[in-house]
Amino acid sequence: MNQTLQDNTSKKTYILQPNSVQETREIVLDVEDLRVEFTTYGGSVQAVRGASFQLYKGETLAIVGESGCGKSVTSNAIMGLVPQPPGKVTARKIIFKGKDFKHYTRKQFREVQGMDISMIFQDPMTALNPTLTIGEQLTEGLKTHYKISNKEAKKKAIEMLSLVGLSNPEERLKQYPHQFSGGMRQRIVIAIALICEPELLIADEPTTALDVTIQAQILELFQEIQERTGVSIILITHDLGVVAKIADRIAVMYAGNIIEIGSKRDIFYNQKHPYTKGLLNSVPRLDLVEEELQPIDGTPPDLFAPPPGCAFAARCPQAMVVCNKIQPDVTKLTNEHEVHCWLQDPRARM
Amino acid sequence: MLRYILKRFVMMIITILIIASLTFFLMLKIPGSPFDSDRTTNPTIQANLERYYNLDEPIYVQYFTYLKRIVTFDFGPSIKKPTETVNELLERGFPISFELGIIAIVVALISGITLGTIAALRHNGVIDYLAMTIAVIGISVPNFILATLFIQVFAVYWGWFPAATWQSVSHMVLPTLALATGPMAIIARLTRASMLEVLTQDYIKMARAKGLKPWRVVVRHALRNALMPVVTILGTMLAGILTGTFVIEQIFGIPGMGKYFVESINNRDYPLIMGTTVFYSAFLVFSLFLVDIVYGFLDPRIKLHKKEGEA
Amino acid sequence: MTHIKDIPQDWFTPAQKDDIGKELVVRPALSYWADAWRRLRKNIMAMISLIFLVILVILAIVVPIVSPHSVTDINLPNQNLAPNSVHWFGTDELGRDVFTRTWYGARISLFVGIAAATIDFLVGVIYGGIAGYKGGRTDSVMMRIVEILYGLPNLIVVILLMVVMGSSMTTIIVALTITGWIGMARIVRGQVLQLKNYEFVTASKSFGAGTMRIIRKNLLPNTMGPIIVQMTLTVPSAIFAEAFLSFLGLGIQAPYASWGVMANDAISVISTGYWWRLFFPALFISLTMYAFNTLGDGLQDALDPKLRR
Repeated sequence: MNQTLQDNTSKKTYILQPNSVQETREIVLDVEDLRVEFTTYGGSVQAVRGASFQLYKGETLAIVGESGCGKSVTSNAIMGLVPQPPGKVTARKIIFKGKDFKHYTRKQFREVQGMDISMIFQDPMTALNPTLTIGEQLTEGLKTHYKISNKEAKKKAIEMLSLVGLSNPEERLKQYPHQFSGGMRQRIVIAIALICEPELLIADEPTTALDVTIQAQILELFQEIQERTGVSIILITHDLGVVAKIADRIAVMYAGNIIEIGSKRDIFYNQKHPYTKGLLNSVPRLDLVEEELQPIDGTPPDLFAPPPGCAFAARCPQAMVVCNKIQPDVTKLTNEHEVHCWLQDPRARM
Repeated sequence: MLRYILKRFVMMIITILIIASLTFFLMLKIPGSPFDSDRTTNPTIQANLERYYNLDEPIYVQYFTYLKRIVTFDFGPSIKKPTETVNELLERGFPISFELGIIAIVVALISGITLGTIAALRHNGVIDYLAMTIAVIGISVPNFILATLFIQVFAVYWGWFPAATWQSVSHMVLPTLALATGPMAIIARLTRASMLEVLTQDYIKMARAKGLKPWRVVVRHALRNALMPVVTILGTMLAGILTGTFVIEQIFGIPGMGKYFVESINNRDYPLIMGTTVFYSAFLVFSLFLVDIVYGFLDPRIKLHKKEGEA
Repeated sequence: MTHIKDIPQDWFTPAQKDDIGKELVVRPALSYWADAWRRLRKNIMAMISLIFLVILVILAIVVPIVSPHSVTDINLPNQNLAPNSVHWFGTDELGRDVFTRTWYGARISLFVGIAAATIDFLVGVIYGGIAGYKGGRTDSVMMRIVEILYGLPNLIVVILLMVVMGSSMTTIIVALTITGWIGMARIVRGQVLQLKNYEFVTASKSFGAGTMRIIRKNLLPNTMGPIIVQMTLTVPSAIFAEAFLSFLGLGIQAPYASWGVMANDAISVISTGYWWRLFFPALFISLTMYAFNTLGDGLQDALDPKLRR
């Protein structure tokens, strides 16, 4: 079995497994059994029902899933952006670079937000305040977290704008958001997010609202920035094409659970969970002739009253009796590849 | 920006012109007005009127003289007060009315915006519900009823404040409150609705995700955007406060322009009615013009002429 | 919780498929209006206001007819009596029963308010509808005119007209509507402009629907929401305007009276302590305006699903 030792002083994780070719990579974020619940007038919604994953330094982890599966809520919860009430965040562990977020107060989170962890959102057209210049919006984050003079802040802002590929950065500072196109605005948003040089960047559907050509540019920008600064990225998306392009590891979420997580190869070529299989099959392919589209039957369950067993059981072509009764345990296939599915249980093969 | 200001300026001139003309032609129609063939009883007044209005001249001459006089702020003699001209009455009354109006607006704005913002931040809480109920009551009770109520309760019954005239700070409290309540309620409701909408915007999420202090998020990001609709209705609000002064001055016995205006209506003192109407309208339209300019400065899209994105 | 190890082997056999679980649409689909009505019903204050207004209308019609007291007959020996069992709201300085006059005033005030709102509606919808649908040059010109008219100080124009035309119910209504329709026109135009481009209109066009049909079936039903809200909110401002005009002495002439006139008469004698003469008309003005405003708010919430509180 695998053993993990946590050395608290140097924050490295050693994984003892004879067959693994694992180098010792630093774990930036360690989440275990994250649960988020919302109390609404209609009842209690279980948005996230026990998500666990780790993020290594310098990698891009993609969280994939349908709308409503809990991927945004997960990242919001990690950053402390879920208002409690009406939300409630609990976990066995949320450790970011040695800091335990589990009991962080709002004030403590504010020190981390924008500084150690940054987030960017989906729609660049609405992510910028229309009444402030982009210079003001850029330097604001800097001035909140550092004691820095206006001149220095301005210099840094210009630096960031160049980093994201905007020409004439000095002039841009005085301009307003409505003077830029969608793609440029997204770049500005990225610049704002990175200006304090965070360790972790969470990108929530960053390309969904953009044209395909601009999408490609932004994704390349992500890769470039990652190479240059070593920032770790969590990319939330429902678009497998985006995932294929820049993800290192992929976590698949369904109805508030991470049902499979692994490297890009694992997920694309060696997927084990029926949902993952269904996802990949439902993507239309131009190279296969005369194939009918294969959607997954049915719709995700109502999170007001989630089923006791595996959430996917009702739609799963391979569902067994136990699937409807108990939530599956985790199976570690390799060091990186995990699945939550009863089909992986030894008793299922008999 | 300049084009915008110019456009607004022209509109203002046109509007004032229309009102002045409207007033003129309406006055022509009324029996008993200086333009009627029946003469008034007092010979002094009659002489003044004839001199001023050139009653023997053809109408279009009268009209243009009238317009010319208005531009030079000469409003002519009053019918009912033989020794005073309309100008003098206006000069006496205007500063007082202006003071009353300004204080009322400032009070309404500050309290309205604060109330609305707090209500929005504590959405669906007790404060929200309470504030909004008070607001609806504020809109529903006409200001002259409020004024009478205030007098009865605070001045007569409890004796906290004086009930009439405009002589000291404590004299100002009740009239200003009565005048400001309605607009305050409207501003509070509008601010709240606008804030609620703004608070769901992405740039607010982004501001929070940057780790900004909540105060900063609210004032610098949310309010700046939420207050735009408030500035837009500021114009209508001004009109409301202006007409409100008629009533408030009447009830509280404040010797402002409004009181003269109301009296002139009751007395059918036509030159005074005409003069005050045109003056009021001009003042209002001018204030609206100023508000438009302020709005232009606040909205960067107008400030910069709606320039398109530069690649 | 069954422990992992204790799961019986036979649970690892394929499960029976029942297709019911797969696609559950929980709530029955309601039409737009039924849905709005349901939402309105949940709003307590709005429903109370609605009931209040209905009762108000009924009493306004019925009371002056069945009341033993006259609205206009002068009865000096009875002047200025405090409320008692015969005169529930007391009497005024000419001995008239305040209760009956209050309900008569209700007729006047409500009539003025509703008439003003209706005329605003008609003129505004036609003007705004045409401007919005035609767009282009027509729209620009029409809106220019509106802008200038909008700049005219509303109440001042009304006062002027009242001074000139004399005071009667007709002139009040005319004066109120001369500039009142502008608000409605703007809203309708805004709505039409927005909806014109929505896909369902284009879809209708692609089926070959003509202009009138499109306006009737596609545009109007969707604009009705804000229109109804606007109408509901016009009534209280008309009532207020009427009361205000009465206060200035430009209201309905004696012996008849609206609430505004009654309030005005009462204010001048407030120091004499005949509180009931002001209290009741003032109370009713305020309550009615409050009810309309609350109902209007409730309607707005109910009819615009996007504005969920």
